[in-house]
Amino acid sequence: MNLVKVMDVQEEEYIYPGTRMCAGCAMALIYRFALKALGPKTILTVPASCLTVLHGMQGFCTTKVSVLHTPFATTGASASGIVASLEEKGLNNEICVVAFAGDGGTVDIGIQALSGAAERGTDFIYACYDNEAYMNTGVQRSGATPQGAHTTTTPGGKMKPKKNMLKIMEAHGIAYVATANGSYPIDIYEKFKKARTMIGTKYIHILSPCPPGWGYDPKETIKIGRLAVETGFWPLYEIINGKFNLSRESKKYLDPSKRKPIIDYLGAQKRFKGISDEDIEDYKTYINNLWDEIKKRIDH
Amino acid sequence: MKESKKTIIVTGNHAAAHALRQAKVGVISAYPITPQSPVVEKISDFINEGKMKARFLMVESEHSAAAACCAASATGSRVGTATSSHGLMLMYEMLPWASGTRLPIIINLATRSCGAPWSVWDDHSDFIAARDVGWIQFMCEDNQEIYDTNLQAFKIAEDPRVYVPAIVAYDGYILSHTMMPIEVEMQEDIDAFLPPLTHHLNLSDITQIKGVGPVTTPDIVKRTEGTAPGYYEFRYSLQKALENSIAIIKEVHDEFVDKFGRSYGNGLFKTILTEDTDTIIFAMGSVSSQARNAIKKLRDIGIKIGLVSLRLFRPFPVNQLRDYFKDKKNIIVFDRDIGYGYEGVLCYELKAALYGLKNAPFIKGYIVGLGGRDIKDEHFIEGVQKALKQSEQGEIVHETEFLGLKLEELEL
Amino acid sequence: MPNKKKDYQIILASIQKPVIGEAGITGTWSKLKPVINSEKCIPSKSGKPGCFNCWLFCPEGVVSRTIPPKINIEYCKGCGICKEECPASAISMEEVEIE
Repeated sequence: MNLVKVMDVQEEEYIYPGTRMCAGCAMALIYRFALKALGPKTILTVPASCLTVLHGMQGFCTTKVSVLHTPFATTGASASGIVASLEEKGLNNEICVVAFAGDGGTVDIGIQALSGAAERGTDFIYACYDNEAYMNTGVQRSGATPQGAHTTTTPGGKMKPKKNMLKIMEAHGIAYVATANGSYPIDIYEKFKKARTMIGTKYIHILSPCPPGWGYDPKETIKIGRLAVETGFWPLYEIINGKFNLSRESKKYLDPSKRKPIIDYLGAQKRFKGISDEDIEDYKTYINNLWDEIKKRIDH
Repeated sequence: MKESKKTIIVTGNHAAAHALRQAKVGVISAYPITPQSPVVEKISDFINEGKMKARFLMVESEHSAAAACCAASATGSRVGTATSSHGLMLMYEMLPWASGTRLPIIINLATRSCGAPWSVWDDHSDFIAARDVGWIQFMCEDNQEIYDTNLQAFKIAEDPRVYVPAIVAYDGYILSHTMMPIEVEMQEDIDAFLPPLTHHLNLSDITQIKGVGPVTTPDIVKRTEGTAPGYYEFRYSLQKALENSIAIIKEVHDEFVDKFGRSYGNGLFKTILTEDTDTIIFAMGSVSSQARNAIKKLRDIGIKIGLVSLRLFRPFPVNQLRDYFKDKKNIIVFDRDIGYGYEGVLCYELKAALYGLKNAPFIKGYIVGLGGRDIKDEHFIEGVQKALKQSEQGEIVHETEFLGLKLEELEL
Repeated sequence: MPNKKKDYQIILASIQKPVIGEAGITGTWSKLKPVINSEKCIPSKSGKPGCFNCWLFCPEGVVSRTIPPKINIEYCKGCGICKEECPASAISMEEVEIE
């Protein structure tokens, strides 16, 4: 099925090889395809996160597009400032502004600036790569850490489910909201391509498996991310001006019998070691409710 | 040319807004806070009436306001904003970020005390709190100075020999909400004085790919592609830029005097009735304004005294102050701020500046007017009289004294 | 004579310029490298562009979308994703010396 598609993807790489990312990092793969879709007429802004590290240190960077590093809480505001300056210069139609932040920088410390930027209808793409904890500082829990996951600050497993950032962003009434996943690079590519052509605030939330943080062998990255989709835990969809559209890769999981058991996903990661039966039941309920809602939105 | 100038009667906040308009600021990002809000309201009016082309980002917090200002500046726009007190406190994270990135942003600060408890009234606590983050800091004494200093501040901050952001401060309510006549210059004259910004970063030029503000290590980095300074070199550079900005601040002030005929002492501090005396009051902002009156009363009762009003708080004009005060005998400092656990900040800054002078003057400091408490001539008279007695007796007191307290009325 | 800029007028913001191998020769992080068996590799075997899962899923972007696909082992961190994702089992992880 990828036969045609794979050749349609921009061949040029926008990240030079030899970055500081861990082997098997899904974020590096996500970023690779996001930048391919965005192209050279882009300005990035990045808060404190693993992506700061990908961009390289002092004096030397890794990407073929400019990046403005910005403090943790400011990503949405930083992007707004770049957009305002480009508007003043009459360059806003030519250059795309893209904010790229981790889950902590998005759902926790950066949510205010992001909400403000979205409310103002700022013409930019905000991408959250979600590795479900503060990985860059050593795997502390974030608001996006899922229930039952062990982190260095939830040694007994997190008690609460992850914050539903997609609903929060959708409630802002922005132009585009989408989920994505590092194991589906062509889907990522298409979504960024689409977002780039739209006016207004575009939000893309990408699940980003993390070998050291989640506890699995780096070679398993794609498999783990795929399981999140195959179990129905992480449906791929987009909401274009309020209209819900289930992405190709997730369509078949409308049928519950097609979904793999959630334990396949949880059991493959050390962070869920010893997860309780109650937590697993909560996951099952969560997934069922999630898909009931998706089904309603599609039928509607 | 003279008749083309316009005199208008405006508040300090509106004087700042007129200056931002005529400086042709490209991007403004702000959040309302008392007593600064009329600045951004006036700017909104200017934009609405088509008198100003700036992009105005009304953001959801001062933290975001400062962050957006930094980003817009790094993208190559001229950027200005305004805030007060808790607003500046919330911006705090972005202040060393702006100076560390050498972004020539101007913040107008209508000074206000900091909670708790809540107080919207004036003191210089917020201004002082921004002391150690690498910004140029001006304190104004009247509305004309607010207008003039803003225009000078852009020219100074954007000078390629400087590239350092600046705060233009003025007392909340006392200036921010008080109407005074100011001369507003012709736009073409302002344009000639303040040319368009040439930014050292300008991310909007996408042909020059760069990362700005990355992780920067303690040491320099050498590669075959080049050598990059370490954090230490950047911070050295900021310090040197500030030290050396004093000459440029004077230069820009002198050019302004030539062009527009209004001067503020030597551009660093102003001297009032100091010719015939070696006893001086040292103060800034609203404290200076009140002291201008008090020194006349002190002279009426036979105390020959003058005033040095500080205009440039950072960089602290150490050499110029040392040179000026080297022959003076008594300096009485009145601080509308305090370095809690020590003493008034102006006082200890001046003491440090004069350290090691032969026959260094006697220096005594007082705290006045925190949280908007009225500062009265009698406070200056009381303070000066007491200080002169101590000076005569060679008595050095380190205990911090507050003038104008009403403890006795509290019936404790 | 034009005024020479002072050091503090040259060292302004910490700015980066793009380089290859910002983190060094990251291929040294792992001895194991993917080796493609061109008799099994789909595009190599058919001579037609297609599959390229190894190119698609490489987080480092060090696999070329060519026939046959080539791996830049100087910067391959040896994660093994390409081996896992090759539908033809054409890739094995082997110890390869970087010159």
